[in-house]
Amino acid sequence: MAATTTTVPGTGPVAGSRSWLSGLREGDEIVRLITFLFAAFVVFLTVLLVFELWQGSVLPRHKFGFNFLRTSVWDPVNEQFGALPFIYGTVVTAAVALLIAVPLGLGAAIFLAELAPVRLSDNLEFFIDLLAAVPSVIYGLLGIFIVIPLMRQYIQPALKSTLGFLPFFQGPAYGLGFLTAGVVLAIMLLPYIISVSREVLLSVPRDQREAALALGATRWEATWKVVVPFARSGILGSIFLALARALGETMAVTMVIGNTPVISASLFSPGDSIASVIASQFKEATGDLYLQSLIELGLVLFLLTFILNGLARLLILATSERGGGMAHL
Amino acid sequence: MLTMTGICAVVAVSALFLILGYLVFHGGASVNWNFFTKLPVPVGETGGGMANAIVGSGKLLLLATLIGVPIGFLGAIYLAEFSGTTTAFIVRYAADLLNGVPSIVIGIFAYSLVVLPFKHFSTLAGGCALGVMMIPITLRSTEEFLRSVPNALREGAMALGASKWKAIATVIVPCAYRGILTAILLAFARVAGETAPLLFTALGNSFWSPGWNQPTASLPVVIYNYAISPYEDWHRQAWAAGLVLLSLILVINIVARGVLARGTPLSRS
Amino acid sequence: MKRLPITVVLAILGFAGLVWADSTLSLTGAGATFPYPIYSKWFDEYHKKDANIQINYQSIGSGGGIKQITEGTVDFGAYDGPMTDAQLKAYQDKHGFPILHFPTVLGADVPTYNIPGVSAELNFTPQALAGIFLGKVTKWNDPLITGPNKGVNLPANDILVVHRSEGSGTTYIWTDYLSKVSEEWKTRVGKGTAVNWPVGLGGQGNEGVAGLVKQTPNSIGYVELIYAIQNKMLYGRVQNSSGAFIKADLASVTAAAASAAENMPADFRVSITNAPGKTAYPISSFTWLLIPSKIPDASKRDAIKGFVSWMLGQGQNYTEALSYARLPKEVVAKEKKALTEVQ
Repeated sequence: MAATTTTVPGTGPVAGSRSWLSGLREGDEIVRLITFLFAAFVVFLTVLLVFELWQGSVLPRHKFGFNFLRTSVWDPVNEQFGALPFIYGTVVTAAVALLIAVPLGLGAAIFLAELAPVRLSDNLEFFIDLLAAVPSVIYGLLGIFIVIPLMRQYIQPALKSTLGFLPFFQGPAYGLGFLTAGVVLAIMLLPYIISVSREVLLSVPRDQREAALALGATRWEATWKVVVPFARSGILGSIFLALARALGETMAVTMVIGNTPVISASLFSPGDSIASVIASQFKEATGDLYLQSLIELGLVLFLLTFILNGLARLLILATSERGGGMAHL
Repeated sequence: MLTMTGICAVVAVSALFLILGYLVFHGGASVNWNFFTKLPVPVGETGGGMANAIVGSGKLLLLATLIGVPIGFLGAIYLAEFSGTTTAFIVRYAADLLNGVPSIVIGIFAYSLVVLPFKHFSTLAGGCALGVMMIPITLRSTEEFLRSVPNALREGAMALGASKWKAIATVIVPCAYRGILTAILLAFARVAGETAPLLFTALGNSFWSPGWNQPTASLPVVIYNYAISPYEDWHRQAWAAGLVLLSLILVINIVARGVLARGTPLSRS
Repeated sequence: MKRLPITVVLAILGFAGLVWADSTLSLTGAGATFPYPIYSKWFDEYHKKDANIQINYQSIGSGGGIKQITEGTVDFGAYDGPMTDAQLKAYQDKHGFPILHFPTVLGADVPTYNIPGVSAELNFTPQALAGIFLGKVTKWNDPLITGPNKGVNLPANDILVVHRSEGSGTTYIWTDYLSKVSEEWKTRVGKGTAVNWPVGLGGQGNEGVAGLVKQTPNSIGYVELIYAIQNKMLYGRVQNSSGAFIKADLASVTAAAASAAENMPADFRVSITNAPGKTAYPISSFTWLLIPSKIPDASKRDAIKGFVSWMLGQGQNYTEALSYARLPKEVVAKEKKALTEVQ
């Protein structure tokens, strides 16, 4: 560095530079203002979204009230709209997805966090993160051409013959329906459960593990009986996050669920979910009540994901406070 | 039990390769010159392509980036450098909320804000929907990376007489630029595959879409429409498009993570 | 300084966007999937004829056609049924001028099915069809189905009904027919673009239903004739009002329109399902373009009117190759006159 004169603002040696320097100070204020406006815009956008959803569903809210959530008739001709079949479909597909993805994902996360050597763990994690990047429509594509025929020809008949006494596995096997949607969703949720659970498990302090091993536990016992319970809330948080994601999935579900507003105990039955029905009927909902009922469904979905995301965050925070690891997601 | 967990991990990872494998197998042969250069032809005829969908996706993503990145970036600067804790909490909370909104609901939002008042489906509406989705991802990640710049650098800049904004522009942002670039790339890859918000904003187009005010075809929507159709030719094209789309997204992801990994240890934990 | 290249790039793109926008006239239409094959052919041919005009047609379903044209987000709509008085009024109230119907072609809904081991064309009575779609006829070997199909070995499998999941004119035609032949259907379900289906699963668009039926054994669905033909799917004969079992084809669909052609109302809103005539196919219908009567943009107006005139003339020559029947001469003449009403 050549001869530098440290200029203290306000005492510039050259006459003309004083205004330039005070201009610079103003610069800070301007930049602060500009960036504030952009940050405030984000808040504004969110508020506007909620407002639009609320305003956009005024007709059915007044006409049906809370009955909207309890009735199961969806009849555009007679203008009777009830959200129950869609809420049911959303919940059932998410439940099936979690039932498959949680054991699988948790198992994989335990392997990656506790048992695998660091490099292998990082490399596998890399691929799993890539799995999270696959778009929903591609899952839908695979769902239609690979999963549905598999379901119809092999898996559903097999389930029917072995577990057919259960109400879940009765009825004709069409290939599409709740079970298929759940399976496709499960693959989509795996990466989220794995990566968050892995991070949570990694943040459990070493001494917990070592104390268990010192007391004579096997590696598996140390993992399953000490580390995992310690990270319990974080893992639960990852499940909630995955659940929130599952509820909002649109394309993959609408391509394999059967698009029929039906409530049925059988997992082989076609059904519909909130996101799926909005996607298929929004463009042509003639009549304000019809359209606004779809928007109200959007509002319901928004509220569901909002609550779940909030809970998830709290739970993950709870584990990390205890472990002192990752503080935010 | 230990081997069981290993099997779980293998299953999870192999899912990715299975997906890629199927796409290559079914779509590989159809990714030809026609695919990239021709427009769709009427049903029943062969030889059509998806040139307009590829360009359409490009325009939509460009618009989304132009909307999402500046807002996310500048908002993050505010959060990291200027704001107090309450405002920061509110803005972060709003961003997280926005991030959690299902993409179909964002589509409804963009429809009521852009399509209805302008009375067209348009590239603009689609770009806005995707841009809104990019904002929270860019905002939160950029903020994280800006915060991770050591305070010593900030104080050093101030000690040398730089004003705050100069410090940000010349020291802090360049220091965090790898992470910020990664965040932008990841957000870009995320919205590149989104279909639901485009269904009732950009709609679709069987021709080239001139300007920004007309409906436009896009890769994800075309994949959806072709996949549920009964025409074999369209199915083949859907696979090909899926392969192209997924390859693009995976490449961006890999590049993004590579960018981050080459940076300073303020990257992965 | 880093901002300079970016601003340059943006400026170039913005300029390019504007320039590109100027050279072609782009019209957007949305609606029925029923006529999508012929419309996509027509708009492609018309674009070849006049490269400056692009008519972008999105087949999102008839319900979408009515909705979007009423909202004004598209330049024209397409629908397989006549708009109801309530819908017409809604349009008029919103825009201040009426919307006009222009029939384009005649088509038919056919019952298409996929029964393993059955390659014969089945005969369906109105009662059988109503029963199947009401969920009362549940097995393929039900007497209502086997009755007119002696000699065909129908299995005792469950029938899977496939219908449209979104608002559709094809559904309108199908339910219009069922309402005419079944009192129970009329009271329980009614007719419309989207109804509360007693049974079945939904497919998106004619394409979706055809796809589902093609891939699902023991299924039955209703699709526009051309979709069944293009996908080499089996479709059945339907018994018409004179008692004969008629297969849908150009001749039988044209016969269905014969009586309507002479008595075509001025607004072209007419239903020809269950039409009289010994050779008439009972589930036939016109399909319409919905065009606003006032189009302020002169170049768009001329483009639309130009297209409709071409469609009424040369366009009709493309219909038969795609298994749509051409419009009767009387209807064409009336439409040419009605076209002048578009201001």
